[in-house]
Amino acid sequence: MATYDFVFSTLGLKEWCGSSQSSAPTSMAQLLSKTKGEEATETSLWELPFPSMDALNKACPAFPQSRDLTRGLEQGFLAIKDTLSVVLDPITQPLSWFLDGALYGMLNTPWWIIIPILLAVVFVVTKSWKLVGFVAGSIFLLAFIDHYSYAMQTLSIIFVCALICVLVGVPIGIAMSRSDLMQRMTIPVLDMLQTLPPFVYLIPLIFLFSVTESKLYGIAIILYAIVPVIRLTNLGIRLVDKDVIEAADAFGMTPRQKLYKVQIPLALPNIMAGVNQTIMMSLAMVVIASLVSAPGLGVLVLRGIRNLELGVGLVSGLGIVILAVILDRVTKASLARINAAQSQ
Amino acid sequence: MSENVKISIKHLYKIFGETPQLALKQVYNGMGKPELLETYNHVLGLQDINVDMKEGEITVIMGLSGSGKSTLIRHLNRLIEPTAGKIIVDGENVLKKDENELRRLRQEGMSMVFQKFALLPHRTVLENAGMSMDVRGFTTRDYEKEALYWLDRVGLKGNENQFPHQLSGGMQQRVGIARALVSNAPIMLMDEAFSALDPLIRSDMQDLLLQLQEELKKTIVFITHDLDEALKLADHLVILKEGGVVQQGDPQDILLNPNDPYIVDFISDINRARVLRVRSVMDPQMPEGDHYAGDITEDENLESVLSRSEGDTNLDYRVIGGDGDPVGTLHMKDLAKALVPTAASEERDQTL
Repeated sequence: MATYDFVFSTLGLKEWCGSSQSSAPTSMAQLLSKTKGEEATETSLWELPFPSMDALNKACPAFPQSRDLTRGLEQGFLAIKDTLSVVLDPITQPLSWFLDGALYGMLNTPWWIIIPILLAVVFVVTKSWKLVGFVAGSIFLLAFIDHYSYAMQTLSIIFVCALICVLVGVPIGIAMSRSDLMQRMTIPVLDMLQTLPPFVYLIPLIFLFSVTESKLYGIAIILYAIVPVIRLTNLGIRLVDKDVIEAADAFGMTPRQKLYKVQIPLALPNIMAGVNQTIMMSLAMVVIASLVSAPGLGVLVLRGIRNLELGVGLVSGLGIVILAVILDRVTKASLARINAAQSQ
Repeated sequence: MSENVKISIKHLYKIFGETPQLALKQVYNGMGKPELLETYNHVLGLQDINVDMKEGEITVIMGLSGSGKSTLIRHLNRLIEPTAGKIIVDGENVLKKDENELRRLRQEGMSMVFQKFALLPHRTVLENAGMSMDVRGFTTRDYEKEALYWLDRVGLKGNENQFPHQLSGGMQQRVGIARALVSNAPIMLMDEAFSALDPLIRSDMQDLLLQLQEELKKTIVFITHDLDEALKLADHLVILKEGGVVQQGDPQDILLNPNDPYIVDFISDINRARVLRVRSVMDPQMPEGDHYAGDITEDENLESVLSRSEGDTNLDYRVIGGDGDPVGTLHMKDLAKALVPTAASEERDQTL
């Protein structure tokens, strides 16, 4: 006799439940009680179990157990998986090409070409020799301890993923800023992407794509890192001074002119802050993504954990810190330049 | 100065709220602003506004904050949609215009100057001045000459490559005025354009505006909460209170014949001698004789006449009109009477 027998008897569902035993495998608790030879006696109010799926299953074997829920979800996903990958595979294929191309280009160009190009980029976006010197020192240090190719792999993955985040995220942010409905619909998705533990959304991706394809970790990184650039683009455009927007209207700007000549330029400081966050989050994710075959410094971290190689783990961890500092300083310096040009 | 009516506002109503049309019926039935707010939770922004603005004149709309003056000026280029009424510019109803016609009107027919300047912070002064041209699709090279000319006229020669944040408030507003002038629109809307500036700079800017207007003869609609400013600039003064017009007309006339206690309160602190002009208090009859103490022009203010007469109230002056002919006589006694603040016409009637 289970506690919730009365529910089914009052509802007249005894017949549906049937007298047969549950088809579900025997649970540990059932086995234990069987070996102890105890039959469940009348439970006191103090020990009343919550009417959960498992408790109801005890009273009525036809009622599903909670493990059926997870199994159902899994089977459902497996059932649509093939159709889903038929659609998603071609769409996401270019991502694999970009990532493979960037990795190939970065690693097969000699270091004495790549490093000057990187330093030139740093100078163009920051106009600061001090920062160029800092970046040069950091890269030479990484190269000197033979972490150059790992660092470059990580960097090229970040470049590709952050670029795609900006290309996709900014238009989504603009759409959100223009329509409240769009904002209401998008914000829960963004909240979910931001709070879902990154390991969790690796799982369905592994089912959908082959682990040997680079787009698997590419998608994981983009999903994780795209949130700030969307949010801050939306916020930036909504925060543009109402008076300036009114002036734009009063001089007869079309909505398109208003967007390109007023809203985006004035939202640029916020958008750049979003880009900075997006780059930092891609760096965080690229380490986790080494679990699903993303190359780079993350692989060394993983090796350090798996084999308990303390030195390997610490040195590569330090390499990631150096990359993070470089990326953060460079994007912040370019952000500061934009801010200085726009201060009101 | 031509007497054509450039902008005509007829029976304009604006109600803010969820269902303005329903509330409008109540207003037509005579419901007032406080009742409407209490029973229907709608705000009566503007109530039966009828104003004719003549071509080439400065029409000043004056009222305290909350009187609806900023709302009213935004109806002229439809930054705010009215609830009911007509706005006729050059014989065409602005409210009937579709999106493209309206955009053309805003680009070419009306320019606007804002209280908070509303310049584009990421563009140079030159690019800001040429904003209206840029909107119409011209490049910097096309409008550069025009923009530089107007920047020079408003006193910003040499600042054209600076950014707005490098300029002081007064200079920023000069850019705002240059921007409106470069658009070459016949109508200029000025929304509290000088209210954010300090008094000395404000006075400079008023002089600048009058000087430019002397030559350009644009139709200017000027919003202000400052009576001194209104009296200095206005050819036609409209006084708003709680969304309705209390009195409108020649500013001198309003000063001498206020028809509402509200306006009397308003004008009680004014230096009347400086604002009133000879033509408003003179006697149009011209008795022959040589008893005149001298000749004065009709546009002189009373202050200068007072200083000339050295306080003698027994003198008479001959008033000379704009074309050089005598047009009337100024008795110093009338002048002294005009300096005493007048009660509202209703109160006057009661005391008589």
